[in-house]
Amino acid sequence: MADIIEMPKLSDTMTVGTLIKWLKKEGDAVVSGDMLAEVETDKATMELECFFDGTLIKIFAAEGAQVELGAPLCAVGEKGEKVEAPAPPTASTTPEKSASPAAAEPPPSPAPALAAPPPPPPPAALTPEPAPITAGRRIKISPLARKLAQAKGIDPSQIKGTGTGGRIVRADIENAEKNGVPSAGASGPSILVKGPIQEDKVSPVSGMRSTIAKRLVESKTQLPHFYLDVEVDAGPLLALRTQINTGLAADGIKLSVNDFILKASAEALRKVPAVNCSWEGTQIRHHSRAHVSFAVAIADGLITPVVFDAHVKSVFDISKEAKILGKAAKAKKLQPAQFTGGTFCVSNLGMMGINSFKAIINPPNAAILAVGATVEKPVVVNGHIVIGQRMNLTLSCDHRVVDGAVGAQFLGALRDLVESPALLLV
Amino acid sequence: MPVLTYREAVRAALSEELARDENVVLMGEEVAQFNGAYKVSEGLLDKFGPKRIVDTPISEAGFIGTGIGASMLGIRPVMELMFWSFYSVAFDQILNNAANVRYMSGGLINCPIVIRGPANGGTNVGATHSHTPENVLANHPGVKVVVPSTPADAKGLLKSAIRDNDPVFFLENTILYGEKGEVSDDKDLLIPLGLADVKREGTDLTIVTYGRCVLHSLAAAEIIAEKHGASVEVVDLRSIRPLDFDTVLKSVAKTHRVLIVEEQKPFCSVGSQLGFMIQEEAFDELDAPILRVSTLDAPAIYSPPMETVQLPSIERVVAAVLKVLAS
Amino acid sequence: MMRIRRFEERSLRAYQGKKIGGFLHLYIGQEAVAVGCCSLMGADDHVITAYRDHGHAIAVGMDTKALMAELYGKVTGCSKGKGGSMHYFAPSLNYWGGHGIVGGQIPLGTGLAYGVKYQGKKGAAMAFMGDGAVNQGAVHEAMNLAALWDLPCIFVIENNRYSMGTSQLRSSAGPGLAERAAAYGINWSKCYGHDIYEVRDTMNEVLQLARNEHKPSVVEIDTYRYRGHSVADPDKTYRTRDEIDDYRKNKDPLIAFKATLLAEGVLTEDSSSVIDQEARAEADLAAEFAEASPYPTPEDIQKDVYWEADHPDQRTSQGRLFFN
Repeated sequence: MADIIEMPKLSDTMTVGTLIKWLKKEGDAVVSGDMLAEVETDKATMELECFFDGTLIKIFAAEGAQVELGAPLCAVGEKGEKVEAPAPPTASTTPEKSASPAAAEPPPSPAPALAAPPPPPPPAALTPEPAPITAGRRIKISPLARKLAQAKGIDPSQIKGTGTGGRIVRADIENAEKNGVPSAGASGPSILVKGPIQEDKVSPVSGMRSTIAKRLVESKTQLPHFYLDVEVDAGPLLALRTQINTGLAADGIKLSVNDFILKASAEALRKVPAVNCSWEGTQIRHHSRAHVSFAVAIADGLITPVVFDAHVKSVFDISKEAKILGKAAKAKKLQPAQFTGGTFCVSNLGMMGINSFKAIINPPNAAILAVGATVEKPVVVNGHIVIGQRMNLTLSCDHRVVDGAVGAQFLGALRDLVESPALLLV
Repeated sequence: MPVLTYREAVRAALSEELARDENVVLMGEEVAQFNGAYKVSEGLLDKFGPKRIVDTPISEAGFIGTGIGASMLGIRPVMELMFWSFYSVAFDQILNNAANVRYMSGGLINCPIVIRGPANGGTNVGATHSHTPENVLANHPGVKVVVPSTPADAKGLLKSAIRDNDPVFFLENTILYGEKGEVSDDKDLLIPLGLADVKREGTDLTIVTYGRCVLHSLAAAEIIAEKHGASVEVVDLRSIRPLDFDTVLKSVAKTHRVLIVEEQKPFCSVGSQLGFMIQEEAFDELDAPILRVSTLDAPAIYSPPMETVQLPSIERVVAAVLKVLAS
Repeated sequence: MMRIRRFEERSLRAYQGKKIGGFLHLYIGQEAVAVGCCSLMGADDHVITAYRDHGHAIAVGMDTKALMAELYGKVTGCSKGKGGSMHYFAPSLNYWGGHGIVGGQIPLGTGLAYGVKYQGKKGAAMAFMGDGAVNQGAVHEAMNLAALWDLPCIFVIENNRYSMGTSQLRSSAGPGLAERAAAYGINWSKCYGHDIYEVRDTMNEVLQLARNEHKPSVVEIDTYRYRGHSVADPDKTYRTRDEIDDYRKNKDPLIAFKATLLAEGVLTEDSSSVIDQEARAEADLAAEFAEASPYPTPEDIQKDVYWEADHPDQRTSQGRLFFN
């Protein structure tokens, strides 16, 4: 029965060997201790030693062949004996697993290298972490406080933490338990207060109030107002705004939805310039530049600072300017030159939760845009109902200057721009 | 109860154990004729003779290896390192031979050795003489590491260490050698390894510490109580390996805030291990992140006032306690 | 010697058959040294050596089945599979390993001598090392201590010419290796390691010196290994095939000893052949035993670390000893 000589492990890290050269040929007599071939390992070229006496009856691996550990190289047996090439070893040529009948679990089958340690014992089952009871935002709370809050059924999202960085700590939970958890958004007078709504008195009409009264009565009674409504998909705008604000936060950039709408209005005016006009009785004045004003609520009234030349300014510049103007407006520091001269106005009550409204045109403008809040609602997209982010835009038009079709064109152009807001950045 | 210095307490332990077991041998540099570099072994040569108290040449790898070899035959050598900083000269003997011989022989051999000596900074002796290697030693399975803070602890623990059948590394402190404390003269009073001691009870914060930092922590706790009205518990580990972690857990469950104080450079210090273990096993008890006071992360500086700044101090502990209380 | 030779050859085969992991440092060619020295051991003599330790282990009388099983990493190995080739121990036979760090075992050997003397016994410790270890600082520290304290330690330098791939000439300065003993006032001698009689003669003298007068000695034994430093060493970069063949054919200790015994009529060819066959059979049996034995279990990994953890009823310490 012939002895099959297999590719031996000649170094502690070897996995394959290359048979460089046979030193004996088929038919040669060999004795234990003879070198049969030169084998190249990962570390060096070694010699293949024969441990048997007999004749080299068959060579299985050719010179130059790369052979896996354990695969047959040659056979040594009786002269003239016939031998078949044995099947190559299966992928895992591991030593037998121990058949230990002892209570201990059987060891894992070691890898051929034998240096691989058995896998570590399985980690202790992780206790599932109780989800913080919060409306989706992450709260800072110490492990102890969290455990106590759970045990006492207190909602930590309602609690202001006194630990470092606003962390809720045990003392906060204990106080909450003692004093009662404050309800969310508690500010302003409690509904349980009884008494007069306000003081009975008369107050004089201020200059601003008087001006507003005069001008808007004029506008409402003398301009033939008509109203066009469109609901836009605000998703792209909100996404772009988030992208820009997140990416450029380090540069101090923070764009508002209104900034985009101011820009979009200016570009829509470029597309439908008929709206950028003023009625002058016997003529209509066309304006080459779009000066877009925006309504700012201030104490006792409102004012409309103007972003001049909005049609050639970037959203970023408009944003900067609008911030400065808004601040000045609230501080009552606007100069007349800053709040007169607009050719179009944007009024936004979205942040106050209004879905839609019809604004009153400020003469000599031919139109005014009223912007509502963005709401989540079911919408149909490609025949499916999905959640959409919708914002209402209502255009009030002066029919003397702007007809329905023109107004519709303008509003349509505005909508298109708002729904493809990247175009406002170029 | 008699009052002894830490040095005298160590000497008493050595003397009692030398008298009790003829296999105990004290060996090290200057331990015999010179009466000990820090006078710990003063008088022992006269009492026990040169066979039991052995002067060695400056040859740490040699004499510690010799002690380990002898211990395999049943001798119980107590080997003194003049400074624990010199352990690195004998690293192979200490942490390859003493630590591993039992394991590599499949349990056939044990090495009942004690290596003792001072491990501390604070004496302006510079970067190579100021090591506190308890973390490095404790990283090796097979060894035991003890760092006593008081004379009573030193005596009781050294007696246990000498009687222990595993290698025990006993880390003293030159600055503590002169500290006084009550020490029992009961020859059979042993303090077991692996038992911590609550040196001061408290309710608001736990300081986990050992060695000289225990004294800093106790002083800081006094200041905190007087000036800030908070109550600090001080847990003295005494034994790094084996570790009495149950006492630590019990304290954390009581106070919920932890400060670790260690005379260790920060990376992979004993405190690092403790911090991991506390958050792993007492996560829900924590009301604040675990902080620590460690040696400032640089080789030990020589310049005396700066070395004081580099090491943990009462002031730094007080500041850290306040920080943890406010977290 | 034959048993060592056949055991080493069988373990080489097993290593190449992937049964053995890590390192394997074979003693083939040096058999006369271990056998010569260990055959002189008295009840209070001790042996410690480095990682080429199979020869000494067999020479002191360890069971080859347990030795082979240790190579295979099985729990039936002499170190329960925890040590491997470099860490054979048998305290009951006064054999203290089996050590991996070059020269690291020499202070331990000095310590064994210290212990023997301390306990008032009449014995010696033979601390073996290779020619490469002689340059390690720990060895010099140990020699100094042995001379200073009159310890019965015999420092045996098995000079097989090569420290891994670096010849003695390229690694050791000075007139010679054993000669360095003179610096410490230690008596030194050299002998030819392929002649088992010469080994025994030389060692007998120094053992008497150690046992009776507590004097240390350094003995340098000229020997040779036919295989590489370890089995992964192709050993072509530092010596020639011819050199190895010369030793194998002309200076082999087994051939020499056999020739002497044949000439003296102690052995015949037949009886010599029987010894060879029995040695092979013993080695094969050891391999079978190793193959059939089980591995240690995961629970075994953390046993034999602390004496106290292994003897829980005698444990006096408290607290945690392990941290995972």
